[in-house]
Amino acid sequence: MQVGGTGQGPAWGATAVGLAVLILAAVVGWQTTVIPTNAVYAQVGPKAIPWIATAMLAVLGVLLTLWGVRGGWARDEHGAPNLWGAFWLLLGLALNAALIGVAGFIIASTVLFVCTALAFGSVSVLRDAVIGFALALVAYVGFDRVLGYKIGTGLIEGLL
Amino acid sequence: MDTFAQLAAGFAVALTPYNLMWCLVGVTVGTAIGVLPGLGPALTIALLLPLTYKVDATAAFILFAGIYYGAMYGGSTTSILLNTPGETATIVTSLEGNKMARRGRAGAALATAAIGSFVAGTIGTVGITFLAEPVVNFALKFGPAEYFSLMVLAFVTVSAVLGSSAVRGLTSLGIGIFLGLIGIDLQTGQPRFTFGLTELLDGINVIVVAVGLFAVGETLYLACFKRPADGEVLSVKGGVWMTREDWSRSWRPWLRGSAIGFPIGAMPAGGAEIPTFLSYFIEKRLSRKPEEFGNGAIEGVAGPEAANNASAAGVLVPMLALGLPTSATAAIMLSAFQSYGIAPGPLLLQQQSALVWGLIASLYIANVMLLVLNLPLVGLWAKMLKLPEPLLYGGILVFATIGTYGISQSQVDLILLYAMGVMGLLMRLFDFPTAPVIIGMILGPLAEQEFRRAMQISQGDVLVFVQKPLSLTLLVLALLAVVGPMLWRLVRARRSGAASS
Repeated sequence: MQVGGTGQGPAWGATAVGLAVLILAAVVGWQTTVIPTNAVYAQVGPKAIPWIATAMLAVLGVLLTLWGVRGGWARDEHGAPNLWGAFWLLLGLALNAALIGVAGFIIASTVLFVCTALAFGSVSVLRDAVIGFALALVAYVGFDRVLGYKIGTGLIEGLL
Repeated sequence: MDTFAQLAAGFAVALTPYNLMWCLVGVTVGTAIGVLPGLGPALTIALLLPLTYKVDATAAFILFAGIYYGAMYGGSTTSILLNTPGETATIVTSLEGNKMARRGRAGAALATAAIGSFVAGTIGTVGITFLAEPVVNFALKFGPAEYFSLMVLAFVTVSAVLGSSAVRGLTSLGIGIFLGLIGIDLQTGQPRFTFGLTELLDGINVIVVAVGLFAVGETLYLACFKRPADGEVLSVKGGVWMTREDWSRSWRPWLRGSAIGFPIGAMPAGGAEIPTFLSYFIEKRLSRKPEEFGNGAIEGVAGPEAANNASAAGVLVPMLALGLPTSATAAIMLSAFQSYGIAPGPLLLQQQSALVWGLIASLYIANVMLLVLNLPLVGLWAKMLKLPEPLLYGGILVFATIGTYGISQSQVDLILLYAMGVMGLLMRLFDFPTAPVIIGMILGPLAEQEFRRAMQISQGDVLVFVQKPLSLTLLVLALLAVVGPMLWRLVRARRSGAASS
C-alpha cells in the first residue's frame, strides 16, 4: 500500500475525501460551539469530547488531503463503474423511500426488489416482481403481525 | 469450584426447550448468513435488534451468540467452495481450502474446517468460562480514569493497528465517535449535533448505521463495481470425511490455532485477521510437507479456521467482562444490552449472572449443534451459494428497509440509511475500514461518560489520567500502538535508504 506521494500528481478522489473529512471537522467544531452549557459543568461539560473529536477529524483531514495531493493511497482496482447498475439501484432506493409512506411497505419493497434485481443484471422482471412481492408479504406478516415490529400501513397492508 | 457451580446453573438456563430453540435458530441463521456472501454477523444482529422488544434478554443473547458462532462456521464453507471469502476472518481459509476443493478434496477441507471450528470454539468457550471472572476481579479495581484509558487503548488498537492505515482507521473511528455524540447529552440534557431535527434528539440508531454501511453500502459497491463473477461453486464430491492422514495432519494445527486465536481475540484489540494469518504462517513453517502449501495443504485450513473461531470466542471476554467491544458484532451486541437497560461492564457478571452464564453455557451447546449442522448437512448449505445474486441483494435491501423503517416509521431514517450507504460505498472505494465506525459510535458515549466521571472526581484536572499508574500504562500502550509502527517504518526506510546509497 503506497501511502506517501507516488509522484504521479494529485489524486483528485483522495483529495476530495480528505477535504470532506476537513469539512466534517469544521461542521463538528461549529456545532460544538452552539451546544448550550452552563457554568456548573464548565470543566467537564458536554463540549469536551466534541472538541476532541473536532481536533481529531481536523488533523486526520489535513493528513488525508496532503496524501491526496501527493498522489493518493488507494490503488485503482475497482475498474469503471457500471452506470446502469448504479442507476437502477439508486432508482429503487429513491422509489422505496417515496412509496413506503403512501403505498405501504409491501408495494415499496416489491419495487425496490425488482430494481435491485435489474441492477444486478436480472432479465426476468415478472419473476422478480412475484418473488419480491411474496418476500415482502411474508416479511410484513412475520415482522408486523407476528413479532409486533410495526412497519407501517398501506394499500395492501390494509387488506390483510 | 465456584465457576463450575455457576456454569452448571448456566446450563440449567440454556437447556430449557425455549432457550434451546433460540440457540438452534441462531446457529442455523448464523450458518446461512455466513455462507451467503455479502451478509455478516454484525449486519444480521443489527437487523434482529428489534427482537429485543419482544424476547427476553437471555433468549436474545443466546440467539445473537448462535448467529455469531454460526457465521464463523458458514464463512469457511464459502471460502472453500467459492473462493470468495464471506468474512475477512476466512480469507486465509480460502488460500488452501479452495485449492483443496479444486483438487477434489472439498470434503476433507470442509471436515477439517468444521471439526477444527468445533475444537477451537469449545476451547475458546472454556477460555471464556475461566477467564471471565479473573478479568472482572481485576477490572473491579478500575476507576473511571483507568476505564477511560482502557477504552482509548481499545479505540487505537481496533482502528489504527489492525487495518492497512492508521490514519484511515482513526478517521473511521472519529466519524463513529461523532455519530455517537448526536442526540441529547444524558448528563446535562442539552441537545448536541441535532441540527434542529427532532428526529435526531434520541440519537442515530445503530441499526441505521450498521445496516447502511454493511448492507446498503456493500450492495451499492457491488452494483456499481462488480466484476464479472469469477467464482464457480465447487461441488462436494464423495461426502465430508477425513482420512487417517488428514486427522494426523489436522489435530496439531487445530490446537495451535486455538492457542493463537483465543488470546489475541481476548486482548483489547480483537480482530481475526492477525491470528488467522499468524496461524497460517506457523503451520507453513512447521508442516512436514511445506511444498503442499499453495496447492491445498490441509494444515493451512485446519490452523487458520481454528484460530478464527478461537479469536471469535476471545472477543466475548472483554465484551462480557469489561463491556468493551472490539469488533463490530460485539459493539452491536453491546447496544442490545443497552436497549434492555442492562449496563455492560464488570458488574454484569454479578448483576446478570443467569444471563451471562446461560449465554456461556449456550455457546458450548451452539458448538455441538454447529458441528452437526455443518458436517452432514454441508451439501445443503453449499446449495445456498447458487442463489442468484439479483434475488440475494434484492432480499438484503428489503430486510434493510424493515430493520430501519420499523424503528419509528419515518422516512428520515430511510434517508439516513441511504446516506450511510453512500458513505459505506465511499469508504469501500477509498479503503477505509467500517468496523471502527460502529465501535466508535457505541463505545464513544461510554468513554465520554468515564471521562467526565474521572474529571468530576479530579475536579477538572486532566492530569488524573497520567497520575494513576495503571491509567498511564494503558495510555502509553495506546500511544505506542499508534506511533510505534510509524517510527518502525521510518527507521526501516532510513536503513534501506542508507543501504542503497
